[in-house]
Parts: sequence; structure tokens; C-alpha cells
Amino acid sequence: MTTSADKALRGCVLAVLLFGVIGPIGAGLLQTGAASVGVMPALGADAFDLAPYRTLFAMPGTWASIRLSLVTGGVATLLSLIVAVGFCAVTHDRMSRNAAARWLTPFLAAPHAALAIGLAFVLAPSGWIARLLAPLLGLERPPDLALVNDPLGIALILGLMIKEVPFLLLVMLAALTQIPVRAQMAAGRALGYGRGLVWVKIVAPQVWPLIRLPLLVVLAYALSTVEMGIILGPSNPPVFAVFLTRLFGSPDLNLILPASAGAVLQALLVGAAFAGIWVGQFLMRRIGLWWLRAGGRGSSTEPLLRLATAVVLLLFLLGALAMSALAFWSVAWRWPWPALLPETWSLRAWAGSFGGWTHALMNTLILAGATTALSLALAIAWLEGEDRGGRGRARWAEVLIYLPLLVPQIAFLYGLNVLFLRIGISGGLLAAIWAQTLFVFPYVMIAMSDPWRALDPQLERAAASLGAGPWRRLFTVKLPVLLSPLLAAMAIGVAVSVAQYLPTLFMGAGRIATLTTEAVTLSSGSDRRVAGVYATLQAGLPFAVYGLAFVLPALLYRNRAAMKGGQQ
Amino acid sequence: MRKSLRAALVFTVLATCAQAGDWQATLDAAKGQTVYFNAWGGDERTNAFISWVGEQTQDRYDVSVQQVKLTDTAEAVTRVLSEKAAKQDRGGSVDLIWINGPNFVAMKDQGLLYGPFVADLPNTQYLDLSPGAPNAVDFTTPVEGMESPWRLAKFVFNYDSARIQTPPATMAGFVDWAARHPGRMTHPNPSNFMGATFLKQALLELTPDPKVLQHPVTEDGFAQATAPLWTWYDALRPNMWRKGETLPENQSVQQQLLNDGEIDIAMSFDPASTAGAIAQGLLPETARVFVPEGGTIGNVSFVAIPYNAAHQPGAMVVANFLLDPATQAHMQNIDVLGSFSVLDPARLDDQARAAFAALPTAPALPKLEQLGPTLLEPHASWTTRLTQEWARRYTRE
Repeated sequence: MTTSADKALRGCVLAVLLFGVIGPIGAGLLQTGAASVGVMPALGADAFDLAPYRTLFAMPGTWASIRLSLVTGGVATLLSLIVAVGFCAVTHDRMSRNAAARWLTPFLAAPHAALAIGLAFVLAPSGWIARLLAPLLGLERPPDLALVNDPLGIALILGLMIKEVPFLLLVMLAALTQIPVRAQMAAGRALGYGRGLVWVKIVAPQVWPLIRLPLLVVLAYALSTVEMGIILGPSNPPVFAVFLTRLFGSPDLNLILPASAGAVLQALLVGAAFAGIWVGQFLMRRIGLWWLRAGGRGSSTEPLLRLATAVVLLLFLLGALAMSALAFWSVAWRWPWPALLPETWSLRAWAGSFGGWTHALMNTLILAGATTALSLALAIAWLEGEDRGGRGRARWAEVLIYLPLLVPQIAFLYGLNVLFLRIGISGGLLAAIWAQTLFVFPYVMIAMSDPWRALDPQLERAAASLGAGPWRRLFTVKLPVLLSPLLAAMAIGVAVSVAQYLPTLFMGAGRIATLTTEAVTLSSGSDRRVAGVYATLQAGLPFAVYGLAFVLPALLYRNRAAMKGGQQ
Repeated sequence: MRKSLRAALVFTVLATCAQAGDWQATLDAAKGQTVYFNAWGGDERTNAFISWVGEQTQDRYDVSVQQVKLTDTAEAVTRVLSEKAAKQDRGGSVDLIWINGPNFVAMKDQGLLYGPFVADLPNTQYLDLSPGAPNAVDFTTPVEGMESPWRLAKFVFNYDSARIQTPPATMAGFVDWAARHPGRMTHPNPSNFMGATFLKQALLELTPDPKVLQHPVTEDGFAQATAPLWTWYDALRPNMWRKGETLPENQSVQQQLLNDGEIDIAMSFDPASTAGAIAQGLLPETARVFVPEGGTIGNVSFVAIPYNAAHQPGAMVVANFLLDPATQAHMQNIDVLGSFSVLDPARLDDQARAAFAALPTAPALPKLEQLGPTLLEPHASWTTRLTQEWARRYTRE
């Protein structure tokens, strides 16, 4: 069945991935690893030595910082998973996937940094909620409470959850389309099981393998976030990734060695957390079976489900407040405590930074366009290769695709930069496109894979029997039918590209100013108004593309009810 | 005698001619270049000033300036270092860095800087470069022509005069003040240079013998010199904002806290920043500047050129333009930036002096004489040791 052309296609895709993705990450890790054992010729260090690790652990706060990362990242991910499962159990049959996607869009589109800046203003003792309560409680001055940057990292956990829950919900809703939930629910209810328990005992075990990788992505991000950690997290010590960023940024250049040791440790930390999930899964399988056989009906789970739903709605509310706070700041002039709305309004923040943001917007558009196009082409080539090979995806291939999202950025970006410098492409648009594509491609694959597999194979067979070759089948049958998921994948790609901070900064040598690099830079200054302008644009751009992804198919196929390509 | 005098005269004239010729060569080489100026980008006014500089150098010398906005100067240092790691010894991506003392010392020690180049800039004629002058020493490390000054920095506090009447008069006075107003003051994290400066300012006032701070730190000396500082800090800390357990990341975040009303006192390394922030709507109209008795730490902000910069001639042209009396007067204008000039008034001509005299004032802009004497930065090794010791004492384990 498979021709040599088909094999060439698959070979090509694999080669691109090996040299374009695995190679750079491996090389980057190698550089970091070498520096962590004291080999860094630029600093005159060239002897193998474990001193960097000793230095790292001798620093005050290293252990506390690691502990903080594990706790905030672990708790945020676990809670996100629990409330997402609960929310799904309550709402999945009342909400179509399209409607849900429309709801979740703004939260997926909002970049982490922008959301964090907004959330900090909502939660802070001088923030929106406190200002609302001030007249009721008779507060003259903001209370001296650690509501953001709290030592336990609760604000950081909240911020992470606002971003993670919508992503998990989207992934879960996609996975649910492959399971006959309604029938199983009916059967379970008929046997007297409570709604929540059917969900936990019957549905969740089937959903789990489908959402496991995305969950690892979420966990890896939560354990290694820098932007959210700086803006919302504790400060002394901060979470480990921020701790390392400070070390990498220290005036004492020799600290790069212990910082590299820390970067290796950060990668190990994520690995250990993955192992933890694996152990948990193993235990659940044992205990779960026993629990299942015990046959408890658990009709009392209803309040817990309601609690989960309430938590999710609260997170949505906080997220919406955070984004509107930024929009308000961008048109404010003076907005002192305890005013609920700006005292004086002004478009000066927009006009004053006009030159800056139009320039950054252009760069952002170019990068987003290039990386998304590249990722889509690669994803289509990969999926088409799988189709033509007539087999599913191997597990190693799955891991390969996700690799850039599973390895903490800080562990390989510095080394990757050295590699790019060696081949002479650092500091340019090309390097930034390449680095961003590493992170855009996996998300595009996540978005494309399921609809692609769900495509009715009869369509292609019919086209083949009419004499259409493989390429014609791809371009005139498959892709048009898949337009809607293609556009959705494009929207996700754009959102991910827009949000990239460290890769753009490192690989663009800081010369490629995008909305995100500018927003994060400005959030290190004190002007919330200008930061608001950039953050509004930063969130607005992916939002516009998402809107397009919904409107375009509806317009083009308004008279073709079935052209929904795999989306239920 | 006369012969030697004549020889000296001839030599001077020749040297001046040669220098002029060299400078013309630099100007020619710089034509058409784009200088990547790596500077902290958290202040919109500084960003606007740098973009004005770019327009001017474009018009006059056909040299354009592209600001690479940094969240921290160390980013640029790391970039140069990774270029060195990749053996990219020419065509580097950083042309000019707005550099601070600790980063300068690190780069100079690692051989990451180009120079000496300062003596080649014609506008250095307006500078006092005598040994020991603020323009010739950065954190007690001799500059030796490896970085060029561009603006004055002096440590000041600011406060909202609508909320507090009498700010503390000395660093020691902060303890009592905080006890009376718990939770109303803080300082940036000492891993940030502003937080470190706050500790150094207190150390200068509290230490038994400030002279030892001008020499590299020793273990015994450190314990002795800093003992009063830690006693002072232990007394202050419980009454700080959030009991000192959380600290703002940098001075901008701290200024935001002042504006939000969460604290009453903030700090800055630029005496004009308060007036500037009021004009920007970032602080209330009632914000004012104060300095403790006995003066505050002051230093000069410099620009440096990395050893592998792709556009060294262009970078030199920009460094020279920054020292032009007209540029410095424009910079000192409170409506532009308000930073005090680094030029020596005695070396300026009447026209330049008049330009400085005609600058507008603002209520929150202190006069130079109100700022008290300028104290020298301690030796750079003290900063490192001080922040390490602070982290050891006050980081949660």
C-alpha cells in the first residue's frame, strides 16, 4: 500500500523534527549540563568539578525555593485537575464543545504575564477587591496583608489555576467526544451510582490516558514558570525558576555555573514530578480496582460537584476581572487608592507609546504568522504521513512532539543560544521563529490530532474510488472538511506564539521587540497604564484570531451543515 | 628650557590634530551604522530620551540608535558572555550598554569590554576626569577609559507629603519612625541594586569607621563594620511593610506601592524621578524628595562598549553625543528627564552655562544644594558580601 513517496514524506517530517526540535534541545541541555559541572571556557572554567552544585546548595533559600516550586506547581495542577473533572461532570451534557470553546477562548488567549499583572491588581491589598470593601470596612489605608506575593504562594497557585483549568477543560471535552459518556452515565445512574461517582469510577479512567500528556505539560509549566512567579509568587525566597533567573542575571558572572546546576536540577525536578504522577497512577490502578469492586454508590457526591463548579466559576470571574483591570488601566491617567474607577481618563498611554506598540505589534504578527504556518504545515505533513502509513502514532512519537513543553525552558535556552550563535543565526528573526516554533508546534498538534482522526474515512475512500490521487484527496477533500479545526489550531498557534517570552528574548538577542517582551519589560517598571496597553493588545490579538476561527467556517460553510470536520 | 617648551607645544598641537583626525575617521566609519543601545527599559521617560538621541545622531552623523530594552542590565552582560562562549569575537549583538558599577566591574574583569576609548571622545574636554573624580571611579574601581559617563545618580528617598509631615532625619531614625508607623515602609530586594544601595546607605552612616569601606572587604573587618547595621535592621524589620517578609522586586514596583498608598516612603537613584513621576501621573502631586542628614551615596551612570560590538565607531559617536553640553542640558530639563548633568560647570562656555541656567523647575525637584554631600560607593566587594549576608540572615528556610 505505502509508496516510496509516502515513506519520503514521513522520513522528511521525522528529519525535520530530529534536527529542528530534538537536536537543539539536546544541544542546549548539553551546554547547560557542561556548565553545571564547571565546564564553561568563556569564564575560564574548564575542569570537571561538582563545585557549582555545592555552591548552589550552600546558598540561603535554595531548599525552601525548591520546596515552594513543588508545592505551588503540584497543588495548582492537582486542584486544577480535580475542579476540571468536577466541572466537566456537571456541565458536559449541557454544553456543546463549540460553545465551551467560545467560553474558554479568552482565558486560553490571555498570556500568562498579562493575566498575572491584572490579577495582581485585583487581589492586592490596594487592589480592586480591597477598594470595593474599603468603604464597607472603613479602611483609610490599604491593609498590610500579604495577599499577593504571599510566602505560601497562594496567589501564584490561583494565577496558575486560572490558566490551567480552561486548558484542561478543553482537552477533556475533546477527549470526551471519543467516549460514549451519555450511555455509560445512564447505565451507571440506573445501577444507582451518583453522578459524580459514575464520573470518577467509569468515565475518568477512560479519559485519563487521553489527557495524561497535556496534564504533564501543565505540570511542567507550573513547576517552572518565571513570569507568573515574579509577578504573583513569594519573593524571599522566590520559586525555584525565579531563583535561577536571578542567579543567571546576577552581576557576578561566575554565578552562571551554579545557575546552570540549578537549571539541571529544575529539569530533574520536573522529571521527579512526572515520576510522582506515574506512581500515583500505579497506586490508583490498584486501589481503584478494589474501590470499584467494593461497589459503593456514593450518592452523596453532589455537593462536592457543586463546589468544584463554583470554584471554576470563581476562577473565571477572577480571570475576567484581571483582564478588564488591564483594559481600564490602559485608559487611565491617575487612579489612586481607594478609587474604584480611574480618577482621570486619558488615551495618552495608547498615543504616547504608539510608535512602540505598532512596531511590537508588527513583529508579533510576523512571528505568529511564520511560526503558526510552519507548525501547521508540519502537523499536516505528520498526520497525513500517519494516514498514508495506515498506522497510529507510536508512544515515542507522542513524547517527541511534546518534548519542548516537558523540558523546562530555563534548562536549555541558554545552551541553545550558544548553539545558535555558533551557527550564526542568533539575534535574528530566523532564530526567534525557530525557537518559538519549538513551542507552537506541540500545541498545534494537540489541537489537530483528534479532529483529524475523527474524520470520516468514507470521504477519502469515496474520493479515491473516483480516481483522486493522495495529494488531491488531501487538498480538495480533507483540508476543506477540516477547515474549522484547522483554524482553531491556527488560533491556538497564534496565542502560543504571542505569549512566548524567554525564547523570543534569548534568541532574538532582545532586538525583536514583541508585545510580550515589551509587556514583561514594562511590568518591571511601575507604569501599569503602558503595561495595560501592551497586555490588552497581547490578549486582544489571539482573541481576534480565535474569533476569526469561529466566524470564518460559519460564513464559508453557512449552507453546509455537515462541514464541521470532526467537531461535535 | 625654551626648546623643551616649544617641543611640548608642538607635541600638544600635533596630538590635538591627530586626535581630531582620528575622530573624523571614527565619524566616517560610523556613517550608516545602527547602534544597538542596551538599556533598562522600565522607564518610559528614559526610553523617550534615548529615542530622541537616536533622531539627533541620525540627523547629524547618519548613525541611528535602536534601544534594546532590558529588564535587567545583566541580560546584556550574559548575552556578551554567551557570544564569547561561542567564540563570536566580532560582530556581537550588543553595541552600547547602560551599565552599573557591579556589572562594569564584572565585565572589566572578564575582559568583555572595548577600550580604553573615553579619551578619544572630543566632548570629554567638558569632564573632570582627574584621578578620584566621580567620573573616573565606579564603585571604587578605576574607570580607566573603559566606560563613558552620561548622567548623575544620587540616592534619595521620596514620600507623600500629604500623608507624612516629618520623614526620618537619619538612617538610624527609620527605626523609630517605623515603630510609630508600622507597615508603612519597605525597600527593594537586595538582589536588586536599589535594595543593596539602601543597605549600603545605612552601613555608611552606622559603621564605626566608614574609611574601611573603601578597601576590599575582609572577613574580620566585615563582621566588625556591619554589626551595628544588623542590630539596626533587626529593630527595623518587624515594623516594615509585611514585616519585611515580602519585598518589592525593584524601585519601580516600590514606587507603585507608594502611589497605591500601601507604603509612605520609597527610594530612587535619581533626584529628579519624583518630579518626573508626578508629571507622568505616576505619583500624587504631593510627593516630595528627602535625604538623610550627612548626605547620600552618589555615583555616575556610564555607558560601555563590549569587546566584540559590531558597531564600535557608531557606539563611540553616540557616547560622545551624550556628553555634548546641549544634550546634557536637554537631559537635565525636568520636562525631558531631569537627570543632573555629569559635565564640570567650570569647563563650560557662557552659552552652555546659560542653557543650564534657563532650565525650568518643578515643586518636587530638589536643588542640587538641598541634596547634601555625596558619599562614595563602598568597594564593590562590600556590595557582594553585604547582599550575601543579608540573604543568609533573612531568607526563609
